[in-house]
Amino acid sequence: MGFFQKLKAGIEKTRQGFMAQIDALLSGRKIDEEMYEELEDLLIMHDVGVTAATNLLRDLRRLVKDRKILDGEGLRLLLKEIISNSLGEKKPLRLEPGTLNIFLVVGVNGVGKTTTIGKLAQRYKEQGLKVMVAAGDTFRAAASSQLEIWAERAGVYLVSHADGADPAAVVFDAVHSARAKKIDLLLVDTAGRLHNKSNLMQELGKIRRIIDREAEHSLREVLLVVDATTGQNALVQAKEFAQIVPVTGIVLTKLDGTAKGGIVIAINQEQKIPIKIIGVGEKISDLRDFDPQEFAEALFEK
Amino acid sequence: MFSGLGDKLQATLKKLRGKGKLTEKDISDAMREVRMALLEADVNLKVVRDFVNAVKERAIGADVLESLTPGQQIVKIVHEELMNLLGGSTSRIAIASKPPTVLMLVGLQGAGKTTQAGKLALSLRKSGRHPLLVACDVYRPAAIEQLQVLGRQLDIPVFSISGNQNPVQIAKQGKEEAMRQGRDLVIIDTAGRLHVDEKLMQELKDIKAAVMPHEILLVVDAMTGQDAVNVAESFNSTLGIDGVIVTKLDGDTRGGAALSIKAVTGKPIKFVGMGEKLDTLEVFHPDRMASRILGMGDVLSLIEKAEQAYDKKKAEELEKKMRTQSFTLEDFLDQLQQVRNMGPLDQVLGMIPGFAASKQLKDFQPDEKDLKHIEAIIYSMTLGERRKPEVIDGSRRKRIAAGSGTSVQDVNRLLKQFEQARKMMKGLSEMGKKGKNKFSF
Ligand SMILES: Nc1nc2c(ncn2[C@@H]2O[C@H](COP(=O)(O)OP(=O)(O)OP(=O)(O)O)[C@@H](O)[C@H]2O)c(=O)[nH]1
Ligand SMILES: [Mg+2]
Repeated sequence: MGFFQKLKAGIEKTRQGFMAQIDALLSGRKIDEEMYEELEDLLIMHDVGVTAATNLLRDLRRLVKDRKILDGEGLRLLLKEIISNSLGEKKPLRLEPGTLNIFLVVGVNGVGKTTTIGKLAQRYKEQGLKVMVAAGDTFRAAASSQLEIWAERAGVYLVSHADGADPAAVVFDAVHSARAKKIDLLLVDTAGRLHNKSNLMQELGKIRRIIDREAEHSLREVLLVVDATTGQNALVQAKEFAQIVPVTGIVLTKLDGTAKGGIVIAINQEQKIPIKIIGVGEKISDLRDFDPQEFAEALFEK
Repeated sequence: MFSGLGDKLQATLKKLRGKGKLTEKDISDAMREVRMALLEADVNLKVVRDFVNAVKERAIGADVLESLTPGQQIVKIVHEELMNLLGGSTSRIAIASKPPTVLMLVGLQGAGKTTQAGKLALSLRKSGRHPLLVACDVYRPAAIEQLQVLGRQLDIPVFSISGNQNPVQIAKQGKEEAMRQGRDLVIIDTAGRLHVDEKLMQELKDIKAAVMPHEILLVVDAMTGQDAVNVAESFNSTLGIDGVIVTKLDGDTRGGAALSIKAVTGKPIKFVGMGEKLDTLEVFHPDRMASRILGMGDVLSLIEKAEQAYDKKKAEELEKKMRTQSFTLEDFLDQLQQVRNMGPLDQVLGMIPGFAASKQLKDFQPDEKDLKHIEAIIYSMTLGERRKPEVIDGSRRKRIAAGSGTSVQDVNRLLKQFEQARKMMKGLSEMGKKGKNKFSF
């Protein structure tokens, strides 16, 4: 099929030539319509999505006028600034010293919830906190063993039940055990679930209610983990999860790949959920605070 | 919720349908919306461009412009090209003439390889194979144990070497073990890895060289965005893949990544994963995927499930009713009730035409309780009312509400939903009359 061949060659070319093209296009040249289109394409290629990209471009056009920007280089810098500003300030994870702090980690299957918990456990252990993890995924095969290994690596406490147990019961036990042990930070892992499965979402709601009931005002963060390779569906994920649990922040994982996670711009525009931390690898130390400026910068790299 | 491709196309269609003839500008307008919708479905930007151009080229052809129903023609072309791009027909696993057949699963982290390994083993055992699962993910904590648990659940042996950190050796010995035990199918689960990780990509090449798999299957998450083309291209050029498994299609993503991957690799999508349970691996049907991406409702799947859930005659009746729009509230109720036997409600409802496309229907996600309400409302109607809901006026509504212990609003809502479902079916069947592929347009 000739169509395939054409397509294949085309995509290869696009990928390699795209950034060079943008560079050539933007440097020193006067601003024209084509430049805006190329920038829009760039955003779309990074999963920002048509709607969010259109919003950014609208702001860009307005500011170009206001600030009398004339050339392509200025245009690019301005777009970076707009993106970075739209994502707001750096927002650290909330922790209140001297009390029990609970982080609930949620998301669809395979995005990196358990790994992120391992990394967080290590980070806060190193900061001198007493940390416990709860194996709230009793569904996926060997999920609690996986968390157990992370708990060992980080040297933190673990609460887990047998496979197939009620996750709400695990959380109940964990909260009480954390109290008894005077734990500073309890990290609750949950099973991956697709947001369109209402029974699984209700189970999550139940976990949250248990936490609220057994440890009022201790649920400090509800972190939605989003895989950077995810496309537009992440927007729906954010919306649906936020309806069940009060999502306080996004963890953007797998940024060590070639995907840049542009969809979080759209999530932030629509849901006003800040991105708090990022995953940049599979090692326990591969966790960083999210930096809006760096993130915006990365969209234009390579 | 997202408005899917189908919604967009239907809106576009409506505009086109009102006219006798199309100008080039009409087509350009329609194509702009097609482009937008495809991008929202995560089809790669470059693929979208070429796709839209191909469709446009065909659409501007004379027979379309002279056709009496140009709008339908365009949708038909979009659907046909989509199917073309997704692959002509269903592919299956090629079984080696000299056993064992060796399959190797590869892909990014978190794509669902381990689960698909279990599913594949189960599905191929059903067709008479004797699988051995080989656990080569020595990196992710408890990955081997995960496969072992699945093996136990399925009563299928799992080969692993505890303490061994060398996936190449494990794969090789796994294959030898299969030959020793007379197992005719080896399924190798590998660790997830980034396509840009040279060291780990080399490891896959080494495994390939050591076991000479008959098929290397790339496992891809259906929710993947624009990066899908980079991933697929890298795995394909490094390893030479033979097919693709698209996972997590039981979610509500449009799954445009599937299209992109097929477009860049040219390799067939062989299976789709439809759930976390191990019996949810399904053969890939390009026509259904095209319909899904278009948000047209997966009518074919629905009918097939209907056939499985009850007898063929009833399924044919249902199909005919959908086509001839002699679809009454009784059928609606009947269908909702039978739907319960077919599997998770949300999944089945997603396959009913109109549910994907209608906003109101989308909010209507009945659970058991809603179904009870609907039942009660319909049972409170006379037979005449059920067959001809048009006659239900204000006072009848009050009566029905009182009789069913619901409110007039509930009755109104149900009637509206039903009317919409009926309209969708009508639109669908009108399009269906044209082509031989009744339900695809
Ligand atoms: N490259 C890379 N891989 C990651 C990152 N975070 C997690 N992973 C990998 O992604 C895969 C899935 O991670 P998990 O932590 O098991 O994901 P999960 O969300 O807990 O998965 P389920 O519980 O099965 O839904 C594993 O192979 C991890 O090693 C990251 O930042 N970069
Ligand atoms: Mg997990």
